[in-house]
Amino acid sequence: MADLETFRSETRAWLEQNCPPEMRKPMTSDGDTFWGGRNATFSSEAQRVWFERMRDKGWTVPHWPKEYGGGGLDAEEAKIVRQEMAAIGARAPLTSFGISMLGPALLKYGTEEQKREHLPKITAGLIRWCQGYSEPNAGSDLASLQTRAVSDGDDYIINGQKIWTSYANYADWIFCLVRTDPAAKKHDGISFILFDMTSKGVSTKPILLISGYSPFCETFFDNVRVPKSHVVGTVNRGWDVAKYLLQHERAMISGMGERGVGRPLGQIAADSIGTDAQGKLDDAQLRSQIASFEVDEAALAAAAERAVDLAKAGQSHPAFSSAMKYYGTELNKRRHEILMSAGGIDALEWESERSKGGARPRAWLRTKANSIEGGTSEVMLGIVAKRILDLPGA
Amino acid sequence: MALVLTEEQSMLRDSARGLISDKAPVSHLRALRDGKDADGFSRELWKTFAEMGFSGLLVPDQFGGSGLGCVEAGIVMEEIGRTLMPSPFLATSVLAASALSRGGSVAQKAQHLPKIADGSLLAALAIDEGAKHRPLQTRLAATRSGNGFKLSGDKAFVVDGHAADLLIVAARSAGSAGDKDGLTLFLVDPKAKGLAIERTAMVDSHNAARIVFDKVEVNADSVLGEVDQGFALLESVLNIGRGAVASEMVGLSEEVFGRTVTYLKERKQFGKAIGEFQALQHRAAQLYIDIEITRAAVLKALQALDADVGKAGTAVAVAKARAGTTATLAVQEGVQMHGGMGMTDQFDIGFFMKRARVCQELLGDSNFHADQLARGKGY
Repeated sequence: MADLETFRSETRAWLEQNCPPEMRKPMTSDGDTFWGGRNATFSSEAQRVWFERMRDKGWTVPHWPKEYGGGGLDAEEAKIVRQEMAAIGARAPLTSFGISMLGPALLKYGTEEQKREHLPKITAGLIRWCQGYSEPNAGSDLASLQTRAVSDGDDYIINGQKIWTSYANYADWIFCLVRTDPAAKKHDGISFILFDMTSKGVSTKPILLISGYSPFCETFFDNVRVPKSHVVGTVNRGWDVAKYLLQHERAMISGMGERGVGRPLGQIAADSIGTDAQGKLDDAQLRSQIASFEVDEAALAAAAERAVDLAKAGQSHPAFSSAMKYYGTELNKRRHEILMSAGGIDALEWESERSKGGARPRAWLRTKANSIEGGTSEVMLGIVAKRILDLPGA
Repeated sequence: MALVLTEEQSMLRDSARGLISDKAPVSHLRALRDGKDADGFSRELWKTFAEMGFSGLLVPDQFGGSGLGCVEAGIVMEEIGRTLMPSPFLATSVLAASALSRGGSVAQKAQHLPKIADGSLLAALAIDEGAKHRPLQTRLAATRSGNGFKLSGDKAFVVDGHAADLLIVAARSAGSAGDKDGLTLFLVDPKAKGLAIERTAMVDSHNAARIVFDKVEVNADSVLGEVDQGFALLESVLNIGRGAVASEMVGLSEEVFGRTVTYLKERKQFGKAIGEFQALQHRAAQLYIDIEITRAAVLKALQALDADVGKAGTAVAVAKARAGTTATLAVQEGVQMHGGMGMTDQFDIGFFMKRARVCQELLGDSNFHADQLARGKGY
């Protein structure tokens, strides 16, 4: 314990010295997130400095092994880094699907060669990944996917279409689910494969969403040639890798709400609506909604902390991330409903100087996808019912 | 600190669970109710609690207790919640023991704490006066009289008030209802002149009392803590109690949920287990998630209480508010999913619904605690 306290004070001192003041402010726009990649640009000098210092320290991904570019920290130390970063409001220096999704799957299922090839480029922010899972006819029923990979010597030839591929138009590589055995039962003929998005035959088309943004794409594969050595795990056993990765994706999405960051909801609402003589929000119904929300938000934060501690103690259920995903996304939708109500007519401005281009209503609309992407709330509840509660059927 | 139980805490849980599930399953409460037991709890079982070190769990070592903390008290409360065991543990071992060990003089501690630890003294905390838990609204008057005070007013929902050997009474010695200043805690002998106790059997077959104080004389030595400055002590004691009741509700919720899921797997309609129906599967899953999140919030609050009672207020408000809504949902879904059987007295599930309703009100309901949180954050 004494060692951990030393580690905490050293971490605090290092962050204090190295995290630029600008990087301790809440993010206000998409440009504040640094995703890395071949074509990455920094939105500010502070963002560059912060990223490079954390990269050199190995702390873009503190808990990955050092030989793959991580910080080599154990779970307890990594938790301390997270806590100390949160204490000063430090932004994540690098955000990527490589860190939150592919990395954990490669660490578990990848060959040594695959780990050494891909993980250091993730931690260094050199390659930006996207996820090729959903298809037009394979959404909640993901395992019915039809994108085909046909053997051709040492390669596969891939044909098909993916949809809802987040930031495919900016990504350098894709981790993709393809059908390698169309005769097998639907879960048994799928493989998990990696390839470069600049490969011949890959094209993307952004999808305009209700928020006015296009974070997702349709992605098309037209005779794309990929070496067989790029399959992760066993051929036709890609569903195991896919499911494992989904647990991490769901854990990430459940934490997407900007919890405890920025100004408290009650104060945002008070600024906008006003307070009565006793200082209480001048909308009793909204006040009680916010209070209930904050109770649940604090409880979820405790549950997220406990989930990590349980995993470390070897006491967690593998499907628990579905529980967290369900609750976290539904809570985030509540948060943005409250923000819209608190903002009133001001929050309706879509294109205006004052509204910064309609940031609030666009963010509100974006959250509606939270309970759909990565598995719908209904799919999550089904997983909890069957895998954790062991209820019969289906 | 990790939000999981330590090895020692897990062992405590196992031993509490072993004892309580063996000696006091729900049928124990049912028998006490049906026999109209004068105490409403088993004194023999309380003796066993003392022998196992549970009654003095929060009593410091030097007064014969185990000197453990709120996490450990919560572990015992959770097991009590699973079987709805009526026990002096909350009133005596949590509330009174905390009040005395935190606010008592050397003499007061030496007089009472060893007896709490050995199980020979039962105590009760008298707070509530109106229909809702509003400690700041305390009106029971303490007027100076000679060397001491005279107490006049009414208390209600005094848990174990009918069986207590010692009452701890919150009174207003100055100021007016709503003020933080002017509250004083008193140690009062329930046999004192001018004091009338009416046992009120509650909806959940647990114990409480209404107490009327008519110019009850207490001397200066009866003051627990400081005159007029009792609020901070009271708030600490109440928060410890709230953490304990929240734990009881976690145990209660989990037990109801476990019984309900078992029923969903066994009960057949339309030729299949009703647990195959998605409408019920999703509701069961939502309830499971709700309970797990509440469990984490409650453990967080108990750890916060052990770290620094004075800074645990927000975590406790979150825990008690969550525990109230979760337990309410658990018992409502439990009765509904048991169908007609859930409405029968023969099935235990109704006992859980009744106890959850009482626990919700006990030391402040979900609305009270959400409001506390909002006030604390300044909106």
